[in-house]
Amino acid sequence: MLKFVETLYLFRSLWAVLAALLVGALLISMTEVSAWTAYRELFSGAFFDYYGVASTLVKMSPILLAGLAVVIPLRAGLFNIGAEGQIYIGALTASMAALYLPEMPAFIHISIVVVAGAMGGGLWGFIPGYLKAYHGINEVIVTILMNYVGINLVSFFAGGPMMQEGAPYPYSPEIAEHLWLPWIMDGTDAHAGVLVGIFLAFVVWVAMRYTTIGFALDTVGKNLTAARYAGINVKRQILVSMFVAGAIAGLAGTFEVIGLKYRLYHMFSPGYGYDGIVVAFLAGLNPVLVPLSALFLSGLKAGAHIMQRATGLESTVIDAIQGLVIIFVAASLAFRFDRTYWRRVLDSRKALHQTLEQKT
Amino acid sequence: MDFIFDLSQLTDFLATTLRLSIPIIFAAVGGVISEKAGVFNISLEGCILGGAFGAAVGAFYTGSPFGGLIVAMLCAGGAGLILAVLGVSLGINQIVAGIAINILMLGLTSFLARFLFGGEATTMTLVGFHPIAIPGLALIPVLGPVLFNQDLLVYMMYLMVPAAWWILFRTPWGLNIRAIGQYPRAADTAGINVQATRYYAVVASCMLAGLGGAYIVLSQVFVFTEHMSAGKGFIALSALILGRWNPVGALLAALLFGLFDALQLRLQFNSPDVPYQIFSMAPYLASILALVLLSGKVRPPAAIGVKFVRGAK
Repeated sequence: MLKFVETLYLFRSLWAVLAALLVGALLISMTEVSAWTAYRELFSGAFFDYYGVASTLVKMSPILLAGLAVVIPLRAGLFNIGAEGQIYIGALTASMAALYLPEMPAFIHISIVVVAGAMGGGLWGFIPGYLKAYHGINEVIVTILMNYVGINLVSFFAGGPMMQEGAPYPYSPEIAEHLWLPWIMDGTDAHAGVLVGIFLAFVVWVAMRYTTIGFALDTVGKNLTAARYAGINVKRQILVSMFVAGAIAGLAGTFEVIGLKYRLYHMFSPGYGYDGIVVAFLAGLNPVLVPLSALFLSGLKAGAHIMQRATGLESTVIDAIQGLVIIFVAASLAFRFDRTYWRRVLDSRKALHQTLEQKT
Repeated sequence: MDFIFDLSQLTDFLATTLRLSIPIIFAAVGGVISEKAGVFNISLEGCILGGAFGAAVGAFYTGSPFGGLIVAMLCAGGAGLILAVLGVSLGINQIVAGIAINILMLGLTSFLARFLFGGEATTMTLVGFHPIAIPGLALIPVLGPVLFNQDLLVYMMYLMVPAAWWILFRTPWGLNIRAIGQYPRAADTAGINVQATRYYAVVASCMLAGLGGAYIVLSQVFVFTEHMSAGKGFIALSALILGRWNPVGALLAALLFGLFDALQLRLQFNSPDVPYQIFSMAPYLASILALVLLSGKVRPPAAIGVKFVRGAK
């Protein structure tokens, strides 16, 4: 019985998601569409339809990578709200490398493009990390503000120096076809970015669990004093975790350019960086669960459009439900499994039963 | 920069500065109250948005801007209540709770606005407040039209900032708020109800931010658009640090950011051939720079972000 209660607690994120979907159903039932139909269209569209799955996977690539970019610093107790800006800057530097470097073998060029994207995002993560480590400035505010700077910077380049001649709105020229990422599903937009994301999630998991780097990071997050006492260089941990996080988010931006759009568009990300926060909490900060929660969230987003086409229900309802998901998941964090409490409850219940049986 | 020497252009520029600062001022002073009480309020952004949405709904259904104000405060106060439940009662990390509220408000207001207003959402014009010139004072050159030919919400702000300062630093109530932000255990021993005071402070804080959102809708654009808070809540967060957790300081810092915002609009207007986004960054860059310059010199309330449990060690 104790085991059973513990298992219930273990899946509290799942209960939180179900509760959010339930409240979401109330929101939907304010409209003329029935919640059942809406959810059926949404989930069957996102997960059981060839083209639906493809569009889920397209969204999953940046959302999964952004989730990792939130998880890594958070293990050290740092909030990276800046994945959005890091995605933008990664896309910017990757497009610059793709468009302006001289002719060279495709394999070398694509490597340079990917590294450039990672470095751009990494730099955008490094700056708030540096300000936190050496000046004690709140990384939450800095990363958020840097998002706005990053987004505007991309709009400036896409609408100014890098703009395609005669384009109706800001976007760059198309990058060469030999730099495009391969597709993973025939006849769809689904590209290999998502596979890289899953691979990286696994790498991050291994690094967190089995290497001293991961252990040091966790120690900083769990007990700063102990970390200092153990001789861990806390400042370096902050710098490294924010740089790596930024680099991973930068990859998300890179893959949006070389995997999906093939140009640098202004405002190309509909908030994937912020989705990363939801994903990270949904996964309970466990890198290996990040792909799963990213799959769920991107399915929700891709399914939202399918649902809107099928039922006429505004897809923004899914944004509201996503907000509910994170509120409920956040609330569920407060409920920790308390073994002694539950043992006492169950023991007294057993005792009560025994007394009752003796009487009859 | 020659517009500074032309009186009518200078008046116009300063008026724009004030106009762009108002939402930040309301939110920043709100943030001061909550952080003084020991609660991080990252959700200021969501509260501005909630206030803007509430103002639109209230004005739409009651046909009066005052109805808008009331609904705005209810919506933002509701968001504050969620923050208080999550961050004060349940003891969830207040930054996590704040982020969650921002994401919720963004989604919820977008959906409800489309649901309630339908296709009219972006084309309608809501009733709002209009400038009332204060006789005599409005005639002072430059400052008169800038400061004393404003609408009700601006005059409310003039009263709100000194009132907030007075309450925080000159009344027992304010002493309680500051005490629970510095050393909740001592405050508890002295008989102050820590949790309840934090609840009041957080809800009041969010309501003020909501007024900032209401100002955007009821005095500036008369329409609700998705994500219209556009990061103002986050700028308010840096304004309150720059203002050293003091309402008057927060006011001055918010005005500074408003000045940068007005300046970038002016630069956009004066150099149409340069993509305007390079100027749009100005207020955000100014905020980051302000934080860097101030680092190490200011200190937040000691117990900020720390959950208080009665009787715990």
